[in-house]
Amino acid sequence: MPHLTTYIGLADRSEQTLASSLRAVAEGHAHIADVFHTCRTLAEWSDANHEALAPVVERYGEAHDVDEPERLQAAGLAETRGGEIGLLRDLQDLHVLATLVQTTWTVIAQGAQGLRDRELLSITEQANNQTSRQLTWLNTRMKAAAPQALIVAP
Amino acid sequence: MSDRVADIYGVRTPHARGTVWPARVDQYLDPGVTEDAVDRWVQSACLLCSNGCGMDIAVHDGRMVGARGRPGDTVNHGRLGPKGLYGSTRWAHAPDRLTVPLVREGGRLVETDWETAMARIVTTSRALLEEKGPLSHGFYTSGQLFLEEYYTLALIGKAGLGTPHMDGNTRLCTATSAAAFKESFGADGQPGSYTDIEHCDAVFLYGHNMPETQTVLWTRILDRTRGAEPPRVVCVDPRRTLVALEAERTGGVHLAPRVGTNMALMNGLTRELFAHDWVDHEWVAAHTVGVDELRDVVAPYTPEHVADVCGVDPSDLRAAARIFGESQAVLSTVLQGFYQSHQATAASVAVHNLHLLRGMLGRPGAGVLQMNGQPTAQNNRECGADGDLPGFRNWDNPRHVQQLADAWDVDVMTIPHWAPPTHAMQIFSYAETGSIGLLWISATNPAVSMPESARIRRVLGGDQCFVIVQDLFLTETAELADVVLPAAGWGEKTGCFTNVNRTVHLSERAVDPPGDARSDLDIFLMYADAMGFTNRSGQPLIGWRTPEEAFEAWASVTEGRPVDYTGLSYDKLRGPSGIPWPVNAEHPDGTDRLYADGVFPTDTDYCETFGHDLLTGGAVTEQEHRAKNPAGRAFLKGAPYTPAHEQPSEQYPLLYTTGRTVYQFHTRTKTGRSRDLNAAAPDAWVEISVADAEARDIVEGDWVRVESPRGRIEVRARVGNVMEGAVFAPFHYGHWEPDEAQGGGHSDTGRRLANELTMTVWDPVSKQPTFKTAACQVIRLRDGDGPAPAPTTTASAPVTEPPPGRRPRPTAGGGPTISTVLESTPTYRLDPSQDGEGSCRT
Repeated sequence: MPHLTTYIGLADRSEQTLASSLRAVAEGHAHIADVFHTCRTLAEWSDANHEALAPVVERYGEAHDVDEPERLQAAGLAETRGGEIGLLRDLQDLHVLATLVQTTWTVIAQGAQGLRDRELLSITEQANNQTSRQLTWLNTRMKAAAPQALIVAP
Repeated sequence: MSDRVADIYGVRTPHARGTVWPARVDQYLDPGVTEDAVDRWVQSACLLCSNGCGMDIAVHDGRMVGARGRPGDTVNHGRLGPKGLYGSTRWAHAPDRLTVPLVREGGRLVETDWETAMARIVTTSRALLEEKGPLSHGFYTSGQLFLEEYYTLALIGKAGLGTPHMDGNTRLCTATSAAAFKESFGADGQPGSYTDIEHCDAVFLYGHNMPETQTVLWTRILDRTRGAEPPRVVCVDPRRTLVALEAERTGGVHLAPRVGTNMALMNGLTRELFAHDWVDHEWVAAHTVGVDELRDVVAPYTPEHVADVCGVDPSDLRAAARIFGESQAVLSTVLQGFYQSHQATAASVAVHNLHLLRGMLGRPGAGVLQMNGQPTAQNNRECGADGDLPGFRNWDNPRHVQQLADAWDVDVMTIPHWAPPTHAMQIFSYAETGSIGLLWISATNPAVSMPESARIRRVLGGDQCFVIVQDLFLTETAELADVVLPAAGWGEKTGCFTNVNRTVHLSERAVDPPGDARSDLDIFLMYADAMGFTNRSGQPLIGWRTPEEAFEAWASVTEGRPVDYTGLSYDKLRGPSGIPWPVNAEHPDGTDRLYADGVFPTDTDYCETFGHDLLTGGAVTEQEHRAKNPAGRAFLKGAPYTPAHEQPSEQYPLLYTTGRTVYQFHTRTKTGRSRDLNAAAPDAWVEISVADAEARDIVEGDWVRVESPRGRIEVRARVGNVMEGAVFAPFHYGHWEPDEAQGGGHSDTGRRLANELTMTVWDPVSKQPTFKTAACQVIRLRDGDGPAPAPTTTASAPVTEPPPGRRPRPTAGGGPTISTVLESTPTYRLDPSQDGEGSCRT
């Protein structure tokens, strides 16, 4: 199952990338209390998804020839931007990363169905659910921040 | 003659379960004023807590000189508390009232006239609109204006300017109450009634020190607990308050969870209901959605696990859950111990969950009272000066927004509804960067009441934002303003306000305001006129001049909404009692309790919100809400416990929590100007447990420094009733002091502000700031020369016998009041004890 392992590897590392990016945004915007605390909470969810995947990685192995998450990370979230518009852009980057995570889980869930792998299916359902909540918050927060950032921010 | 500083609750009138609460009329007149000398009594209601007691104002020679409870009022049956008696009128003729506008010139505030002050506001406002548009404007109001004023300001902000940046200090006191209602029931609106007290067989107070926050309501409870068939009391509070003592006396339970662990406790109680099958399955199936998810969320919270997290005895948790599970009619009340803690909305929603699981709503005795912190907070929520849309409309529902656009005759695009309204903490962040360039503050004192005071002073005092303050006095906030407008206060203007259990009162003008002070309504109208706001027909946007006209306009936009005022008028409110909404053709006399039929305003097209993720605040979409098909069923929503944002550390090993005392209200603007009240609690203090005091060699009255990562205070210590590891500080005391004759003149005025230590952090759903959880350290500074200046009559009483020279005298010294128990109790139209037909079937 060479391609399932590719996707398991993608999920594994993109959750780690999302977690570290969320933490980078938390630290970079630490003066914005809700961003600071919520991003750290959401990072813990990605950690948990990553950890839940460990037994599956052990069973199926993990392909290491996946470079998308690294490329996304290189696109910006090791460092955060300043100001209200910078926050908006950082949240948008997180949303892109989380979308990659979510579609990866969706693809793996399909594989798990085909393999009748109940353990993997249950992991993907839980992870997909948590990723949806991450995306919901990011979307809510961007909507709240956007008007001021786009129109008035210094 | 009774000293109501010493005897806070007055004489008992105990009575049996299911019988009407007797009437007792309390009255206070200023020294030297006899009853004969009172020229007239003017109808009003008390503005010094959220209880909303019906009150008449005594007027003599053009001055307000005292207060008397209204015996026929459904809220208080004639009673008044110490703040209402001693604090209602004294401030009005204080020598330091603002009587003329002030403007900043060369760094100083100088006196001017209205034309000059308003011209300066309008010039700045127009320039900002031209340069940056309406998002450059922010409004921060209060829980103490009248509904006519909130509604007028809401219209100015939402339809005149079109800014989403409107909020009130209600964000600090009552936002979680509204948010919790919306999450569980689909819309704001208090389900229960004070009359539930007469019918319950158990009463749970969650983070609610009612004996100090709503003394008359506590009197109502005491008259049950001291009568036949008393209810058992369960107290959830880290301090051993008078509620805790009553819990012990009635065979109830005092649960003292560690500061910041409410959610774990609530999950434990909820799990017990499931574990013992104290669940009304039929009712739950018919009237709720989400029970399976809730059961899963609370499953890990065994009593032993909860005991570990919260530091409570597992058997106490079991006992409390059993009382909830086996009582026939439970009344729950909730206040700041939940609202101002972390996970505020989730914990308050959990209280609803308990009631929903047992089907305990909508009948006498079985109710929830999510309390408010302030007398008119409810109106800010209803009228939309806090950012919500007027009439509990859903900003995410285009049809609701269109209704307002039609009513106001404005383009729907003008009304800011594209995102959630901006909450107070965010407004101040925008003001901090200058993104908001004009901030208009009315009837509130954020320099003292908001968290992390040093930051708030910086925001208000900087050049990046033009600050307007409209108030009775030159408060700590007004001192930092660019323009200060002198406002008329309660008794000097007419208007309505609505209390915790939806009861609307009319408060008539009793006297003229001093000097050039004007009502908040007139000030807002003056601004609207000067700005020339018009509707699409080219008519003035605000089509009213008087409070009564504003009320009628407000009532008309509530039609068809849960908060229905259409059956109310000033004439109707001039009767013996306030009237609880909804008041309409179907309920012409008002409504004692909501949801008698178990039908909730959750329908997707009707609800006030589609709801949120309780952990993150992420918004549920319309499609997701529709897919759940709530259709009048309430939501059971759970959340896991998460640790508080700031945990104790080696440097800051204690947990800091702030709160209030019975004798002061907010930042003491009124109560500090009543000698009777101020002398009872004249200066700040901090309460520390016996063990933590001994570990630091602190004895009663010693000066201590309390530090957090954000700031420090230096005040005197009371070795008191807080649990070990916790520190309690009253938040009332800024640097303002009355003169020495009023009990002022302390040496620590610049070093006692409790909010120097609190954090800038808020609940993800209600956006209420977290005042009750921060880490701190307490360090002994030096000997005191007497006891701490804390009252002895309340939760602040010393817990052990202090050493000689440090023993406080029992708190006393209120002027004489009269209290008359009526032989025959008036008829209260909706009271179920008198067979009132008060319940609402939607």
